[in-house]
Amino acid sequence: MRFFPMLRANLLRSKKRTFFTIASVALALFLFASLRTVVTTLANNSQFGSARRLVTTNSTGFVLPLPLAYANRLQAVPGVESVTWANWFGGRYGDGKRFFATFAVKAESYFAMYPEMQIPADQQAAFMRDRMGAIVGARLLTIFGWKVGQNVTLQGTIFPGDWTFTIDGVYTPTDKSIGDDAMMFHYEYLDEYMKKTGPGGLAGWYIVEIDHPDHAAQIGQSIDAMFRSSPDPTKTGTEKAFNASFATMWGNVSLLMNTIGMAVVFAILLVTANAMMMSARERIREVAVLKTIGFSDARLFGLVMLEAGLITTIGAVIGLGAAKLLYRVTNFSAMGFLPGFDVSRSTLFWGAGIALVLMLASGFAPAWRAARLPVVTALRSVE
Amino acid sequence: MKIPLIYNWRSLLGRPASTAFTALGIGLVVAVFIGMLALANGFAVALARTGSDQNVIVMRKGADAELSSSVDRASASILSADPHVARGADGHPLVSPEVYMVIPMGRNGDTTKMANVVLRGISDAVWEVRTNLTIAEGRRPTAGQNEVCVGQKLVGRFPRTAVGEAVTIAGRPWAVVCHFTAAGSSFESEIWGMNEQVMPVMRGQVFQSVTFRLADPKSFEETKRALETDQRITVDVHRESEFYAQQSQLLGKILRFLALMITSIMAVGAVFGAINTMYAAVASRSSEIAVLLTLGFQPRSILASFLAESALIALVGGAIGCLIALPVNGVVASTTNWATFSEIAFSFRITPGLLLAGVTFGVVMGIVGGFFPALRASRMAVVQALR
Repeated sequence: MRFFPMLRANLLRSKKRTFFTIASVALALFLFASLRTVVTTLANNSQFGSARRLVTTNSTGFVLPLPLAYANRLQAVPGVESVTWANWFGGRYGDGKRFFATFAVKAESYFAMYPEMQIPADQQAAFMRDRMGAIVGARLLTIFGWKVGQNVTLQGTIFPGDWTFTIDGVYTPTDKSIGDDAMMFHYEYLDEYMKKTGPGGLAGWYIVEIDHPDHAAQIGQSIDAMFRSSPDPTKTGTEKAFNASFATMWGNVSLLMNTIGMAVVFAILLVTANAMMMSARERIREVAVLKTIGFSDARLFGLVMLEAGLITTIGAVIGLGAAKLLYRVTNFSAMGFLPGFDVSRSTLFWGAGIALVLMLASGFAPAWRAARLPVVTALRSVE
Repeated sequence: MKIPLIYNWRSLLGRPASTAFTALGIGLVVAVFIGMLALANGFAVALARTGSDQNVIVMRKGADAELSSSVDRASASILSADPHVARGADGHPLVSPEVYMVIPMGRNGDTTKMANVVLRGISDAVWEVRTNLTIAEGRRPTAGQNEVCVGQKLVGRFPRTAVGEAVTIAGRPWAVVCHFTAAGSSFESEIWGMNEQVMPVMRGQVFQSVTFRLADPKSFEETKRALETDQRITVDVHRESEFYAQQSQLLGKILRFLALMITSIMAVGAVFGAINTMYAAVASRSSEIAVLLTLGFQPRSILASFLAESALIALVGGAIGCLIALPVNGVVASTTNWATFSEIAFSFRITPGLLLAGVTFGVVMGIVGGFFPALRASRMAVVQALR
């Protein structure tokens, strides 16, 4: 590449300026990638869910339980292969500052229905034998320094008192949308407690595995029809829809992130364009000289554009690369709110697209000016 | 001797494009800074204003939110009879036992998208216990009727919430008889119905919390001790204002953290921009600087002059940022308060103090960005610069 030495000389002419411009492009793309990843992670997590799993909740409000007697009736619905249930257990550990989700689950059927949660066979067997056993996400072990076999005590917020569990096993999710910071224990342990204080026999929600994804709507309708006139009517939908409803609860967060992302990109566009223009202005005389010795307009245009391209490309590679690496290495999950936080390929493509726009927008005006420069005026105006 | 500011002003006008780009870049950073803090502000206000420091909220021991609490009728009547409770004009206690639950509601426009809204059971006393309530339209719901009062922030965002219409809760229609405001607090994101109608929806004979006015506002500690040690009831006692503020702590912290992280990264970028601009300004004016030095201006005057120039750009940028941010004031945003699993709507709140902070932030960026270029200008050797 014949012009490379010249390009390099131009970039190194004002080392500070080149450095600051590249750094601001890198910062902009780092921020852009981070903000967009919040949006894509939310969208991703709302897309999670097997098409063969339906979730049945109390239609009056998802915080209200359903009778345990529904399990057998659900099992009898044509097309239903298996049924399991879970209860939300509001628990606090330690000072309660690091919140994590805790569920009571019907262990025999629950883990069979979630092959996405992988548990070593011996640990699962130990858990099944242990009435007070618990399975926890791998992340909780690192956060709290827990070990398998250890006892941990949670304070119940919905079910008051001290609850002691033995950590029998650790699950690792194969799908990143399942957080790796939840805790599951035996439904029977919770039910014993509920029976002491009330009627017991309540399930928070049911998860129903069906024979074919295409039957989801029809099976859902027949489940809801079956319980319509009972005191506890149900609402059944696919697991995906259930998760998506939680994602919509973030409200305007996505819009906010996108707006800020645009502002960041635009602000940096101004900074870069300004730097390119200043650098071109300083070199008017050089351009005139180059023209005099026979450089064509098109070639000069290309050279300035190439310089802008080099700056934005280096900046983009640093910024996007740093975002990708940082979140990957630190296993960032925003305190468990955004499991599977990882800069996606589409975000990288968008970032590259933005870098291209930056190059065109910041390089075009100076390049055009260089190409159209009348030699005589340029030489005269400088001295 | 000082170099007059008009010199800097004219220099700025002499390179309009570069000045505008730099100022606009700083302006955008300031706008994002103000916008994000306005959001955090609005959220904090929504929850801070929810509680009064003259009120006390009582929940079951160990419960960290109303949703996970339950207070039976017997405990509620023990609380009503307590001497620490303020009395109204005709001697009735200012106590509001409340049912609290979260119900799904379809959003306006897209009814398949559900939001979780708080349904609160109230008694007539609530209008006296909470002093920040105003009925904006209609009349209070009456006992024994399936009637609800809808918080002002829900109106228009959810279908069938106008006075005279009926919302569907637990499969039954409930007549909307009024809209209420509560000084911008999170109560405005709730639907209120009468206790005796709302309780059967929960399938229990329990309240979730009891809120009462203190007879003596200064007696909170004593009241707390008396009630928490009472053998007949097992409760936790919180000052109402502190309780709601603490409910918002997590989300408030996240918002503030995001605001600071995003704006500080942006600010570094904008400072780099200012540095570039000022270095170019210094380089292109080296002969001017040499002339100033020859005329007898001190190097520190030159330093001050270039710093002032950079600050001036930033000041213009800060002002632009304020103008860009101002329109979001009052815009309603919504998200879920994960402490209660219910949706909460709140407005962006831009205060004069926040605008001032934004402009200051901008000027600081300008001064930081201008420092090294100004230093170079002041250290310029006259002979070299003139040559």
